[in-house]
This record gives sequence, structure tokens and C-alpha cells, in this order.
Amino acid sequence: MHDKSVFQHRLLPYVLVAPQLIITLVFFIWPAGQALYQSFLVEDAFGFSTEFVWFENFIYLLSDPEYWTSIRVTAVFSFWVAFVGMALALLLAAMADKVIRGSRFYQTLLIWPYAVAPVVAAVLWLMLFSPSIGLLPFWLSKVGYQWNHLANSVEANILVIIASVWKQFSYNFIFFIAGLQAIPRSLIEAAAIDGARPFRRFWQIVFPLLSPTAFFLLVVNVVYAFFETFAVIHATTQGGPGNSTKTLVYKVFEDGFIGLDLGSSSAQSVLLMVIVITLTVVQFRYVEKKVQY
Amino acid sequence: MKKTLLALSVAAGIGQVQAATEIEFWHAMGGALGEKVDAMVADFNASQDDVVVNASYRGNYSETMTGAIAAFRSGEQPDIVQVYEVGTATMMAAEGAIYPVYQLMEEYSNGFDQSAYLSTVTGYYADENGNMLSMPFNSSTPVLYYNKAAFDAAGLPDRGPKTWEEMNTFGQAILDAGYDCGFTTAWQSWIHLENLSARHNVPFATNDNGFAGLDTEVEFNGDVQIAHIDQMAQWHDSGIFSYSGRTSEGSSRFYSGECAMYTESSAGYAGVRANTDFEFGVSQLPYWESQIDQPQNTIIGGATLWTLRGQDDDHYPAVARFFEYLSQPDVQADWHQFSGYLPITYAAVELTKEQGFYANNPGTDVAINQMTSVAPTANSRGLRLGNFPQIRGIIDEALESVWNGDASAERALNRAARRSNEQLRRFERANR
Repeated sequence: MHDKSVFQHRLLPYVLVAPQLIITLVFFIWPAGQALYQSFLVEDAFGFSTEFVWFENFIYLLSDPEYWTSIRVTAVFSFWVAFVGMALALLLAAMADKVIRGSRFYQTLLIWPYAVAPVVAAVLWLMLFSPSIGLLPFWLSKVGYQWNHLANSVEANILVIIASVWKQFSYNFIFFIAGLQAIPRSLIEAAAIDGARPFRRFWQIVFPLLSPTAFFLLVVNVVYAFFETFAVIHATTQGGPGNSTKTLVYKVFEDGFIGLDLGSSSAQSVLLMVIVITLTVVQFRYVEKKVQY
Repeated sequence: MKKTLLALSVAAGIGQVQAATEIEFWHAMGGALGEKVDAMVADFNASQDDVVVNASYRGNYSETMTGAIAAFRSGEQPDIVQVYEVGTATMMAAEGAIYPVYQLMEEYSNGFDQSAYLSTVTGYYADENGNMLSMPFNSSTPVLYYNKAAFDAAGLPDRGPKTWEEMNTFGQAILDAGYDCGFTTAWQSWIHLENLSARHNVPFATNDNGFAGLDTEVEFNGDVQIAHIDQMAQWHDSGIFSYSGRTSEGSSRFYSGECAMYTESSAGYAGVRANTDFEFGVSQLPYWESQIDQPQNTIIGGATLWTLRGQDDDHYPAVARFFEYLSQPDVQADWHQFSGYLPITYAAVELTKEQGFYANNPGTDVAINQMTSVAPTANSRGLRLGNFPQIRGIIDEALESVWNGDASAERALNRAARRSNEQLRRFERANR
């Protein structure tokens, strides 16, 4: 047997981790550093006049009520995306777990939406909900309800939440069903013999055992709602009507790429980075304590 | 060996001088318009041997502009870029990046005459002395389209409402005839605030709508604008007006016959003709009789071609030659008749008239009459606002909050004006 290290060459470990390090440096550290630097500048679009302004961009943002509106919109949106996405996935996973005949078939069908690109998912829902050509507004008009998410902010939010949830719930589903299948049958059977009804068995045995999975998914879903729903919003509401679906990440895009206000846009992405880091730390610090592993 | 290399490279250099000059042209024309641009460029390339224009589609207006600016910052900019009207102030302020078209043409083109171009078109893109800074390409102005079948069913005459006062009765008649939507609009900020202000000869912003300096403040929260938006909000409640979205989402509702009238760009003509199976008419953008006796011209939207600096010297004569070609009456008339965009020269208007196009296609001359019947004033020449994309966004948000009943017209516009002024101050600061 070997009694020495597997790596004979001193440089080999560094070579092996190099690709990952380079990717992190090039695609994360370097752009993040650029954003941080830009966030201290007020600059015209072409870069002819640059002024170093310290924290002025941040002060401007934080004193702008629109930015706080965007924070509120993002909070509400993330809550619903995470909550509905996870609740729906858990419900379907619990049901799919019970199916004996053809379980693979149902599971495959439920996983499919994850293979759809976010922008495609958004366009599908946009078509279904389009006030002029959509099927759902047509049905709703039959029962006397006029759907127009272009003018109604609640409806716009419902649309982006549905599209985002539909896209993400498959991912949650995979993890929940794997978690469910990992729960020893003997525990559930023992509870059943003791006379626990299915509802009680779920909440007192299955759910606590699933909590590590649920906790992990909570982090992933919040990050998803913060960052990856850009395509959904861009393809459906573009942040409207009013500011009602303009999340933080959408505002970064709008101010930076359409408005060409690079200083403000960079400051926003730095704040976004801070918010997500804080959220993750808080989740791991406090929520994790309540999770039973 | 070295000598041979040198000789070879000299030979190659000579070869390049003799070969055609290639220039890059980035544009934002997709679909059928994009194909037409490709065809125009191909015709130009075939018409002579010295210049080859490479046209490439770079996404929508903001993507094209952002792409070109990013390219400029890394030294990879195209020779010509198509920029939408709201990007004008940003381009103008970047004096080191742009080659003003009047200088370019004076330098490299014989017989360039600025007065050959429609003053209401070039005015939007001119400096304070009236010199053209960019080459107009696709310009349009808002008009009103109406569904003749719906008008017939409602017992209305065969014409659009001339005034907004008339819209009240026309819209009500449409609703009474069983329609759910009297009119809808595209580009609400452009049509119902920017053009509304121009048409009633009231300022949209101080400093001659921003032409005279960067220390501009918006004034779109004046009485005329508030009254109009307030009326629109009431119409939105009754169904005479129905909101469809920020860009041209309303098109499908007009095409399908759901909305009987549609305020939209004159360049929407081809789309309306292709997608409607009913007869439609075109009329001038209504105005408030109570506010003005003789309405002003409307202002344009669309895009122009900007020449960017930083290329080899031999590129600029080539660019000038391409611009000369684009300004030729036959090329312009063809583009105008195909796309519905305004012709940019008076000669092209005359040629189109001679060819009988207006007679055969009723309604296509409405926009030109609307643009040329009166001399533009400082309020109807155009708009020059920094951070205009953000300001449009702010206005869209404000108007949407009016349509969905969250705010009164006055409150929403006052707030939007305050926020727009913050954007203007930011722009002023960044471009000092």
C-alpha cells in the first residue's frame, strides 16, 4: 500500500486546482473588483470624463425612494417565489413518492420544466397570459374578469411569480423527492403501527427529517429569485407596470445597459452582492440552528 | 530576408490602398426592415468599387447603442452606428467620440446642402447653430389610425377625430356600438407627453427643450399635460382609452379589431396594412382645440446615423460617400415608401408625389403634412435631454400609476418631473 502522498510532484496540486482558480478569478473576482471600482466613479457613457466620488453613488441610491421600492419589490417577489416554489414542490414530491405504478413517468414529467430556458418559460407564460391573444385572459373574460398585467401591478406580479416558480419548482422537486426516498421506511412504518395518521406522520417524522433539504433549497431559491429571474422579468413585464416588478437585478440592468449610468449601476450591483452575502450568512447562522440534521 | 519581408509588407500595403475601403455599419433594424437595409447596402456596394459597407444587426436600439459605446471604449468601434433619438444627448456630449456629419460632409462631399433636408427632421439632431450632427435615417412621427368598419358601425364619419375634444364623442360612439376599447396607444411618453407638448407649443423642458445647455429642467408637468393625462385617465376608466404597454403592444389590439383607434408611429403603416383585414384610415394626431387654434408640427422619433471617430483617415471619405448615397431622392423615396418612415429630403417627397404613391396609398402623406405644414418653434423642434432613457422610464412608470389608479395625473407628473430633474443633474455632472 502507499504510505506516501498520492501527489508525487509538489506543483501538481496547484496545477489541478488552477482551472477552478482561474475561472473564479476571471469570472468573479476581476469583474467584482471592476464593479467595486466603478461604483466610486461618476462617468459619462464614453468614459471621457471620470470623477472619483467616494460613496456618493451609494448615498444617492439609498436616499432614492425608488431604490427602496425596488428592495421591497424584490423582497415580496423572493418570498413568494421561494415559498410557492418549495411548497408546491414538497406537495408534489410527497404525492409522487406515494405513486407506485408509473412513478418514473410522473417524476420525469415534473422534472421537465427545469430543462426549459428561463426566457422560453417566460415567453410561454406571457403567451398564455397575454391580454390580447392569451388563453387565460380569454377564459377569465368569460367569467367577467378583465386580465391586463400590463396595467395591473398585482397581476404583473402574479405572472412573474408563476413563471419563475414554474421554472424553479422542478429543481426543488428533485431534491425533495431524493430527500423523501432517503427517509427510512421503518420510521414511518413504526409510526403507522403506533397509530399516527398520514398527516401526523408527515409533519412529525417526514418533515423534520427533510429540514436540511428544505433549508438548502431555501438558500438556493432566494438566490434564484434575486439573480436568475432577470430573464423572466425581461421577457414579460420589463419591470412594469410602474415599478411593480422592477427587482434589484432588473434595475441594475436598466440603469447600466439602457440608461448608461455606470456608476449607479455598479453601486447597485455591489449592494446586491452585499445583500446576498448577508442573507446567506444569516441563513446559515440562525436558520441552520433550528434545522434538525 | 528582412528586405524581402519589408518589400512584401510594402507591397501588401499598396495592395490595401488599391483595394476597397471597408467600413462597419451597426444598426438596429430587425426583420423586414433589416432585410431592406441589407438590400440598400448591397446596392450601394454594387454601385461603386471603392467602398464596401459591412452592415450588421446589433439588436434593438439600446443594445446597439450600448454595444457601440462599449466597443468605442475598447477601441473596436464601428464607423457608423444607428442611435435612437433618446440617445442623442449622450452622443452629442461625447464630443471626442463623434464626427459631426456637417463637418464630415463639408470635408469630403461636394455640394452638401443642409437645406435639402426636412428641417423638422434635421432640427432634432442639430447643434445650437443648426448644424446637422448626425445623418437622419429612419424618422417617424405619431399619427392616428382608425378602423373604418368600426367607424361605420358606430355611425361615425370617415375620418379620425380632429381634436381630443372630438375623441370624447367618437370614443363614446365606439363604445355604444359594442366595442370595449375606443383607442389604445403605442409609446405613451413620446406620443402623449413629448408630442402633446410640441403640438400645443408648450415646453417639455427649459433651455429650449434642452437644446441650449445641460442645466435643463423638465416642464412636462404643466397645465396642458396634466389636463391631457387627467382626461386620458378618465377615458381609461370608461373604456374610451385602454392601455396596452410601453412600446407597440397595442398593435395587436388594433389589428384584431378590439380597439377602434390607435395612436402610433407613422412607421407603423406597413404593419397595419399587412395585419388588418378591414379598411383603415390615417389621420393627424388630435390636439386640444381649447388650448391652441392652429396646432404645431409634431416631433420625430426613430434613429439617425452617427459617425464615430478613431478610424483610419481613409474611412471618412467612404462614410461621406455612403451618406450621399442614402440621401439620393430615389433611395430615400424607396425607403420611405417601403417602411413608412419619413423621407429626409424635400426631393424625396416630390419624387414620391410624382410617382403617385400618396394617391395610391391614402394616408401615407398624413405624417409629412403634419410635419411640414407649419414652421417648427423652439417647443416643437425636438428634445435634447440627458439620461433620456431613464426619463422615459420614469414617465412610463408615472403614467402607468395613473392608468391603474394609484396616483392622480398631477401628482404622478410632478413626481416624475422631480425624478427626471435628478437624472438631468446626474447627466450634467457626468458630462461636465
